[in-house]
Amino acid sequence: MDKTRRNFLKVVGLAAAAGLVLKPAGKGFAMDLVRRVPEGAAPTDKALKAGRWAMVVDTKKFTDASREAVMEACRKAHNIPVMRDPRHALKWIWDENYENAFPEQMNEHIPEYQKKNKVLVMCNNCANPACVRVCPTKATFKRPDGIVMMDYHRCIGCRFCMAACPYGSRSFNFEDPRKSLTEIDPSYPTRTKGVVEKCNFCAERLARGMQPACVAACRNKELIFGDATDPKSEVSRILDERFNIRRRPELGTQPQVYYLT
Amino acid sequence: MLDKAISGSRTYYMWLAGLLGVIGVGFGCYLYQLTNGLGVTGLSRDVSWGFYIAQLTYLVGVAASGVMLVLPYYLHNHKVFGKITILGEFMAVAAIMMCGLFVLVDLGQPMRALNIILYPTPNSILFWDMLVLNGYLLLNLVIGWSVLQAETKGDTVEKWVKVLIYISIPFAISIHTVTAFLYAGLPGRHFWLTAIMAARFLSSAFCAGPAILLLIILFLRKAVKFEVKDEAVRSLAVIITYAMIINIFFLGLEFFTAFYSQIPGHMHSFIYLYKGLDGHGKLVPWMWASSILAVFCLALLIPPRFRRNEKLLPVALVSLVAATWIDKGLGLVVAGFIPNPLDHVTEYAPTLPELAISLGIYAIGALVVTVLYKIAVEVKKDALDHH
Repeated sequence: MDKTRRNFLKVVGLAAAAGLVLKPAGKGFAMDLVRRVPEGAAPTDKALKAGRWAMVVDTKKFTDASREAVMEACRKAHNIPVMRDPRHALKWIWDENYENAFPEQMNEHIPEYQKKNKVLVMCNNCANPACVRVCPTKATFKRPDGIVMMDYHRCIGCRFCMAACPYGSRSFNFEDPRKSLTEIDPSYPTRTKGVVEKCNFCAERLARGMQPACVAACRNKELIFGDATDPKSEVSRILDERFNIRRRPELGTQPQVYYLT
Repeated sequence: MLDKAISGSRTYYMWLAGLLGVIGVGFGCYLYQLTNGLGVTGLSRDVSWGFYIAQLTYLVGVAASGVMLVLPYYLHNHKVFGKITILGEFMAVAAIMMCGLFVLVDLGQPMRALNIILYPTPNSILFWDMLVLNGYLLLNLVIGWSVLQAETKGDTVEKWVKVLIYISIPFAISIHTVTAFLYAGLPGRHFWLTAIMAARFLSSAFCAGPAILLLIILFLRKAVKFEVKDEAVRSLAVIITYAMIINIFFLGLEFFTAFYSQIPGHMHSFIYLYKGLDGHGKLVPWMWASSILAVFCLALLIPPRFRRNEKLLPVALVSLVAATWIDKGLGLVVAGFIPNPLDHVTEYAPTLPELAISLGIYAIGALVVTVLYKIAVEVKKDALDHH
């Protein structure tokens, strides 16, 4: 607390020097400084912990029905409405054709199942996230366990993170999302218009000792979630054994969603 | 000096009233956007920046008009610019004010705008852009005002003002560089990920900004008998010509890298702009118009015979402003988002409220320029009468 306050004062000095005189806003400001745990994500005794969370998508195992079940579970768990205007769509986990998920991997001849089967895409919760680098308010930030989080209360809606994300994984609330919700799950906050949102690897469920909603919705281990820094974890063992690819690894963002094809 | 702004002809007041009307309509539309969200614009999940941010980008360039007069005058003692540097500085003030407003109307949560200062984040280029733009605004306001005040009293400019003037020169370079960095450092946006982006911003700024300024100067000369030497007009036209040639050259470099390397990601945005991609080509006519206007204005600017022709010069300048506005204020921002990271093409076109809000901001800029120029012109006239 003291440290952040000192940092804050330092920068105020800097800003004042640049001709920007401002008054620290007392109590409300201090509240915001300590509120770095978004609603519902406060850890409990049962909380699942990791050095760096990672997701494995076993694309071959998925069927149209199981993909739909996974997407529906996410929409329900996070109060994500289906917007009428596709330009305003809010997407946390969704399906794309193989050629769209992996444009640079599209060969003339690829196995039939790859052509037909869609691929689930989501926020890669990158180990080196461009969105966090560009955010001017730290409204999006990376936790020590690798999850890239959003603070919906701090986001100013500049959408710099959307321009920076090389995966199209961020959505903006172009209109009030609450108007399009039919039912609300009180265990996760709804959002206001004018802020950005995205998949958070279900940080709020991990805090309560539960697997992410999409993983829990799988019947056949189509998605595997775990600690990539623990060599004994299931994700580490699978990735050690089987050939896997990531989306646009050449960009250096170190995506933490791995695909088995 | 402010009193000079509130005594004017009937036409002056009519013009101000007209601007206020446009500002009112724009403000009404902004309230509509504020209530309903940015969904009232043409923006989308895929093209998440559009007309507003494009205007910010263009107007940062217009703000450069100041330095193209200040630098030759103060560093090279180019005396003919002495009388008009003030116009460049005041233009910069209005342009940067518009930049700030365009950022503000683009925010989803404008009431939280101060979070940029409350939670300062030096790794974000937007934080630095905020600093340099505000710094440049303040510098030009203080410099312009002090220089003018000295002139009313018949004094020479004080030393501390001169120091600020010298500081303002690298500051002008910084606003283009930092604004270009907003784009040029993003992984996965091939169209923007180019080391020459800042250089392109500088070259387009150094032609477009002075071109707008010169158009206004030519107007003032006719309309209110504001005295500007032919030599000043001519040397400014030469600066504009060189900057435009360099600007087009830099654009050519982008084309070479994209199409000779044949890397799809590097070519796609250019193909979208000039030919259309996957059957989408809303911007194609605009980009070709921009190219034709660019060639046309250079054809009028390069031969000295045409450039010195008082009838042809304004035509050339208007073409130049239109060409660079389409290229930088429309194509550059939108094409960076097309195709999207998932190789889909979602097109963008601004909506009516979006355009009305933008027009309102331009009217605010015009109002600021009018008032500041009115003061500057009157002060200069008084000074002439006294001597």
